[in-house]
Order: sequence, then C-alpha cells, then structure tokens
Amino acid sequence: MKALKQKNEFLYFALRNRKLQIGLGVILFFVLLAAFGPLLTDYGPFDYVNPTGPVPPSSKYWLGTTFFGQDVFTQVVMGLRATFMIAVLGGGIATLTGMLLGFLAGYRGGMLDEIINALTNIVLVIPTMAVLLIIAAYLQVRSLWMESILIGLTSWPWAARAIRAQTFSLRTRDFVDMARMSGESSFKIIFSEIAPNMMSYLVMTFILQFGGAVLNAATLDFIGLGPTNAISLGLIMQYAMMWGALQFGMWWWFVPPGLAVTLIVGALYSMNVGLDEVFNPKLREM
Amino acid sequence: MRKYFGRKLLIYLLTFFLAVTIDWLIPRFMPGDPVANMLARVSVNSTAASVMQEYYTHLFGLDLPLWQQYLNFWTNLLHGDLGISAYLFPKPVTQVLMNAIPYDVALLLPAILLSWLAGNNFGAVAARSKWLDNTVSPIGYILTATPYMWLGILLAWFFGIILDIFPIAGAYSFSLSPTLSWKFIGDVLLHWFLPFFSLFMVQFGGWAIGMRNMIIYELEADYSHYLEALGAPRSLIRRYAFNNAVLPQLSGLALQLGVIVAGALVTEVVFSYPGIGYLLLAAIQNQDYFLIQGCFLFIIIGVLLANFVIDIVYVLVDPRTRRGMTGEAA
Amino acid sequence: MLQVENLTVYYQTLKGQVRALENASFTLANGEIMGLAGETGCGKTTLGHSLIRLAPPMVHIGGRVLLNGQELPLADMQKMDAYRFTDISIIPQYAMNALNPIRKIGQMTEELLRARKADVKAVTAELKDRLEMVKLPQEVLNMYPIELSGGMKQRMVMVLSTLLNPELLIADEITSALDVASQRAVAEMLVEFRNQHCCNSVIFITHDISILYQIADSILIMYAGQLAEKASTETIIRSPRHPYTRLLISALPEIGVRYSDKRLTGIPGKTPLLLNPPQGCRFRERCPLAFEKCAEVPPFIEIEPGHFAACWKETGSHA
Repeated sequence: MKALKQKNEFLYFALRNRKLQIGLGVILFFVLLAAFGPLLTDYGPFDYVNPTGPVPPSSKYWLGTTFFGQDVFTQVVMGLRATFMIAVLGGGIATLTGMLLGFLAGYRGGMLDEIINALTNIVLVIPTMAVLLIIAAYLQVRSLWMESILIGLTSWPWAARAIRAQTFSLRTRDFVDMARMSGESSFKIIFSEIAPNMMSYLVMTFILQFGGAVLNAATLDFIGLGPTNAISLGLIMQYAMMWGALQFGMWWWFVPPGLAVTLIVGALYSMNVGLDEVFNPKLREM
Repeated sequence: MRKYFGRKLLIYLLTFFLAVTIDWLIPRFMPGDPVANMLARVSVNSTAASVMQEYYTHLFGLDLPLWQQYLNFWTNLLHGDLGISAYLFPKPVTQVLMNAIPYDVALLLPAILLSWLAGNNFGAVAARSKWLDNTVSPIGYILTATPYMWLGILLAWFFGIILDIFPIAGAYSFSLSPTLSWKFIGDVLLHWFLPFFSLFMVQFGGWAIGMRNMIIYELEADYSHYLEALGAPRSLIRRYAFNNAVLPQLSGLALQLGVIVAGALVTEVVFSYPGIGYLLLAAIQNQDYFLIQGCFLFIIIGVLLANFVIDIVYVLVDPRTRRGMTGEAA
Repeated sequence: MLQVENLTVYYQTLKGQVRALENASFTLANGEIMGLAGETGCGKTTLGHSLIRLAPPMVHIGGRVLLNGQELPLADMQKMDAYRFTDISIIPQYAMNALNPIRKIGQMTEELLRARKADVKAVTAELKDRLEMVKLPQEVLNMYPIELSGGMKQRMVMVLSTLLNPELLIADEITSALDVASQRAVAEMLVEFRNQHCCNSVIFITHDISILYQIADSILIMYAGQLAEKASTETIIRSPRHPYTRLLISALPEIGVRYSDKRLTGIPGKTPLLLNPPQGCRFRERCPLAFEKCAEVPPFIEIEPGHFAACWKETGSHA
C-alpha cells in the first residue's frame, strides 16, 4: 500500500515538473520526427534530387539541399534514426555493463570490489575517444551495431561508479539483511531487493548514458569513423565541412544536424534534473 | 599520504601498460593487412610496391613472432622511437608529434584553466540569486549539451565568415613565416582565438552548472546551518560553501579530461589547427598506422600526466588528505 | 528573562501548512534549566529552532518573544543576527557535523569571532579555559573536525556555542545519540556551564524525561504542537496534573519494579497529523478523561504558583 502511494506521489510530481515536461516534450518531438519523418519525404538521403546543387530552405526542400543536391531534411530525419538507435543500444549496453559491475562491486565488496574498482579507474582515465578512434580506425567496414557496441563498452565506468555507490548504501539496510538471512542468493537479492529500490537512480543513469552516447556517436562520425554506409547527424556535419559549407555559407547544411544533437542532449539533461527533483523531495521548489 | 599517491601511481602505471598494449594489439588483430592497406593509398609501380611492402613489414616487425614484436615495441617506446610516418615520410613520428604538441598545449591549458576558474565562480554567483539562477542555468545546460565541433562550426561561421574578424583555418597565415615579430604573434593569436573560445565555452557551461549545484548542496549542509544559527554573515557562509564545493569540482576536472581531449580533437579538425587531433585525423585518413599509434600514446601520456598534476593539486587544496584521511568520496 | 507569548509557527509544505506550534506561552527565569519534552513531532524542536533560526519552510504566524524585555525580530533573518551567538545560542542536534570539515577548528573559531566583531583576543583566552572545562586538549584548535571523535566534536560545539556567554542556550537533543555514560557526562557539563555563568538560562530539548529528572529545574511537556504542562521537575515527576503527563510518567520504567509486579503501560492511539489537526485539545482522542468541553482549546494557565497546565478538567474550577 505504501509503495503504491509513493508511486502515485512520484507520478503526481513527475507530471507537473516543468523541466521534465520540456525535456520529455522535446525528445518526443524528435522521436516522432525520426519515426514518421520518412513518410513526409519522397526522397532517399543520398538521392541527388536537385540538379542545381545547393539551395537554401524553401517550401520544396524544407531544409534546403547539400552541395550535391541532396535533400537535407531527409538526411536529418534518417540521421535521427541512426542517432537514436546508437544511443539506445550504446547507452543500454553501457548501463547494463555498469549495472552488472556496479552491483557486484557494491554488494559483494571485498576483493571483488577492489578489482572492479581498479578496472573502473583504469578505463575511466583512458580517454574514451582515443580508444574509440584507434579501434574504429582499423576497421575497414563499420556498422551502426559496431559503433553502438564500442560506445557501450567504453562508457560504462560512469554508470558503474554511480551504481556501486548507491548499492553500497542500500546494502546495509534491514530488508537486505532479511533477504540474506532467508538464504536468497546474491543474484536474486540484487535483482529483487536492491534494484527496485534504485529504479529512479537507474533510470537517471540510463538517461545520462543515452545523452553521452549521442554526443560520442556524433563526434566519432564527424571525424570520419562513423558507419560506412548509413547517414547520421555527425556524418552530415562531416560532409558539410568537407565540401565547404562554411566557406559557401550553406548554413542550412551544418546548423540543423548540430542543433538537433544539442536539443536532444539538452532535453535529456533537463529530464535528468527534473527527475532528480521528483525523486528527491528536498530539491523540489515550493 | 604516501598510500594515497602510491595507489594513484599504481593505477597510472597499470593504465599506461594497458594503453600501450591496446595500442600494440589493435593493428595486429584487425582484419586485413595493415601494411597492404597503407600502401594501397600510395600509387607506385608493382616492383616498388613489393619493395616497400617488405620494408614496412620489416619495420612494423610483422615478420617476427608476436611476443618479439611486443618486446620490440616496448624497447622502441622507451627509447623514444615511435617509427617513421608514412603520411609524412620520412619524418619520424616522434618529431611530427613534438611539432604538434605546442599547439595543443596552447589551446588546452588556457581553455581548461580559464573555463574551470570562470565557470566555478560564475556558478557560485548564480547560486546566490534566484533570477540569475533562472537565466544562467538554462544557458549553462545548453552549452554543455552542445557538441564541441558544432560550436566550433557556428563560431567559425559567425565570426569568421559573416563578420570576417577571425581566420578559420591553420595556426598562422600561409603568407607569413614564423618570426618573433609582433605581426606574427598577432596573427598567431588571431588564429588561436576561435578554437580556444570554442573549447572554453562548452566547458564553462559544464563547470558553472556543476558549481551551482554543489554550492546549493553545501549551503544546505549542517555546518552552514550552524553558522547561520550563530549569526555568521552571509559572506562567511558563502566563502566556506565555496571552499568545500571546489573540491569535488577539482576531482571532476580529472574525470573530464578524456572528454575535453576529445573536444580538442574535433575542434582542431574544424579549424584545421595543427595539433595532435588534426594530425590524428590526417593519419586515419591516410592509414598511417605509425602516426596513429603515436598520437594515441601521446594522448594517453598527456592525460595521465594531467591526472597526476590534478592529484597533487588536490592534496594541496584539501587539508584532510594531508592528515592521512582522504576527503574523496568512493 | 525570557517571555514567550502565543508563539505560533507553521511549516509551509506543498500540501498546505503543518500546524507544528500553536500558541505557546511560557516564561523562563534567570538561571533556569527548563527541559522541553514530548514525543517525536510534538513541536519541541520547532519551538527551539524558531527562537533562533526561523528559516523557510518555517513560517511565523503569530505571537512574540521577549528576551529581557526586548522583543526579538524572529521572522527577520537579517535582524536576528544581532542577537544570535551573543544573546541566544544553540547546540544543534547535528553537532557532530556542525563544523566546517576543511577548516582547522581554531581557525574557524577565529574567523567566526572576527566576523561577529567580537574581541578576538579576550575571547580566545576564555576559549582556552573553556576547553579545559570540558576536558578537551588545547591541540584541538589545531586539528580538523575529521580528526576528532564524535564525542569530542560535540563538546567542541558546546564550547563554541557558549563562547560569548549567551543569555539563552537552546540544547537540541544533545544526548539523544549517545550512550548512557556519555549522556550523563554531557548533561553534567551543561549544568556546569550554567553554574559557571557561561550561559544564563537553558532550554533542554529531549524526549528522554529521565535525563531531565537529573538536571532540569523545570519541565515543559508538549503534545502535538500544543503546550500541555509546565512545572518544577519534582512536580512533573511526582504529581503531574495533565492527563497526558500522567500517562507519560506512568509509562516510565522504575528501577526495582519488576514487570510481573506492575506492567508498563503505553498510551493507546497515535499522535494526530498536524496538517489538519483536530479542533480543540489535540490529546482529546487518546485522553481517558475527555468530555465535551475539550472540543475547545483549553488555555495554558497557572493552576498553582509556578504550575501551568492546559486541561479543562484541571482548570475547570479556576476557569
């Protein structure tokens, strides 16, 4: 009964939280755009639709066309799909890995904790981008899957650290002692006692990982290590720079993709702050 | 304190070891023959090609057993020999990198220091008044959500193309040659400003937000309430809150180094600024494996050194670490 | 020395105002150690804190407080600064965390004194004497809080709070987190402070009446935000008049009495939520003596010299 009341209390505040509303709204907009956008356009992202080359936004080409006469709107919409896919996969892998290692380290403690801690610190110190670069550089063919996995496997330390700290503090609580005394296995305790009490924390961790994956993917793609036969927001920016969009003032080519990334990541941060306020009554403004 | 540093050094050594191993491993375990890939870009006749193939295979040590390749790699590394660049043949990789380092330091050092200091102070001020907070916070979040390269592109476009105040490529004008003249220095500064500013702004947003949150947290701490109850003036309470809040911000800086380095990489690409980032991109595009490996190592070493410096500073700033109790949270 | 008249303080929450303190009126004489006791949530902490730091979410609804004849600007955080530390001081419940973790204790003290425009030299000399009084070594001033044990930190805070010899000292649950032996030591230290004129009068907030029996001159019992009874310690313990106090005292275990001889009785029922408290006397629902008049709030009046109670049954003949 109390749990239900608490859930309803959270829902009450969640629906009224300004930051959460704005963030969720923006994300929803982009998700819908990514899902239904292709229906709004007749072209493919790489089709050379405009024989005259680059033109600014018009009623025919909503975001104008590129140097080669490709429709920017189509590219952005398809790029959004790729970006979201990488973010969900990469963020998901990072969160899951972080959960696995964080729970184990926080719950078991001792030697296991020391080892995982050392591993986390090592991976944390190495600049993610450098590792991603060096792996991706040697891959001749790169897919969205590969990129997601790489991002996921290099971003987990943040999640692991946070989850470990939380697990540590939950571990000493009475209900965990009860479960342990009744002979439940560590695994079961973690997933049926500790995790549900950290749900809010896990959600927030995933949101941050999601945002981080979007940024990492955009950066990788921009450098030229993105997927070899897809389109993503970072790749659009790379093409724009490579083909002189700056010098020729083709702002409609490089502004939309970057703007989309900024808005998405900003919305995610906003959601995170909003969720923090919902779950931590102290932070709620009167 | 010895334990504190001992532990840190151990981690750094392990990291270095692991990074070097990764660096050595990757090209040898990726599909395809790295030397053939490298040479495919260079169009030479078949006899020259096979000679170069042999030469580079030998240089790479690919004709040796794996364990020997690994040992050679380490020996060469410790002698400062990182091989010969294929892209900039016949310059040795070490020399190429050493030429690029000053540009990175010139960009990163001021950007990191100034944005951290300014961001923290700004965030502290924002935590004071509600309306300041409501205007500064959203801007801070947007800045920190902005991808480094996009901000670079926007700045280049606005200040470089539209307003035509700053140049947007290179470290100095092609027409000038390096001399110690005011004209040259001015030119270098002009070229330096936009990439520096771009790096500065994104980080600034992050630190301002972080500090604002930390100060609010510290102002609600027990010691703050106690001082209030004893009638201490706001200035004293705020000063204590600031001093306490700075510590996690310092640890945070160490954790952000990887992200900042990545940001510098792409910013250099946008502005064709000849630092390691720009070099790395060129190396990747030209499949110059020695140069790629060298860049990676330099980046790793740089980050490890910076981490170590921050650790030292932290000990100086947090008096608790000196007394043998680490103030750092897990 | 201290006169509290109809002090009413509520807490502003998202769901409305919690009526935590309703019409508190009492006086404190010079040198009096008054225990302020009651169950958790009875309003004793609200009362204690509103006297020195009435900060949001607390809201000053009505009433006033006079210290040596002067009205205190309770709701004005700025103006109250003039009285804090010098005239009114507090030993907080969170004494163990009350010191700035990254400042040496002596340094923090000096900065605080300087900021409060006190005579640093004279006070520092006094400080050294006080440290001896609580049996803390002089080196403490050169240490960081993290180097002290919990008990040492608490004693340090006790010294710090009374450094400028305040008129009124509020001790908020300073023994609640300690073991019995330490409780005794701290309580005795407090009495010593009063005896040595390090402070004038003390309000000792606690839920533990047995401690009050040891050190308090008088006891004020509160229930659900309302004052129930105030009298000398002897009177409260031996001959309480308010039904709540009587049930409370009889619920206390006595040394030497075995469970088989006399059972421990608790008070059936629960304290009311103060968001929408019941009308009239808030103890009505659990009171075995309640009758129709209790729907009206009983006034807190003197039923005997120095003995106050808020109960229609008791004041009926004097009303």
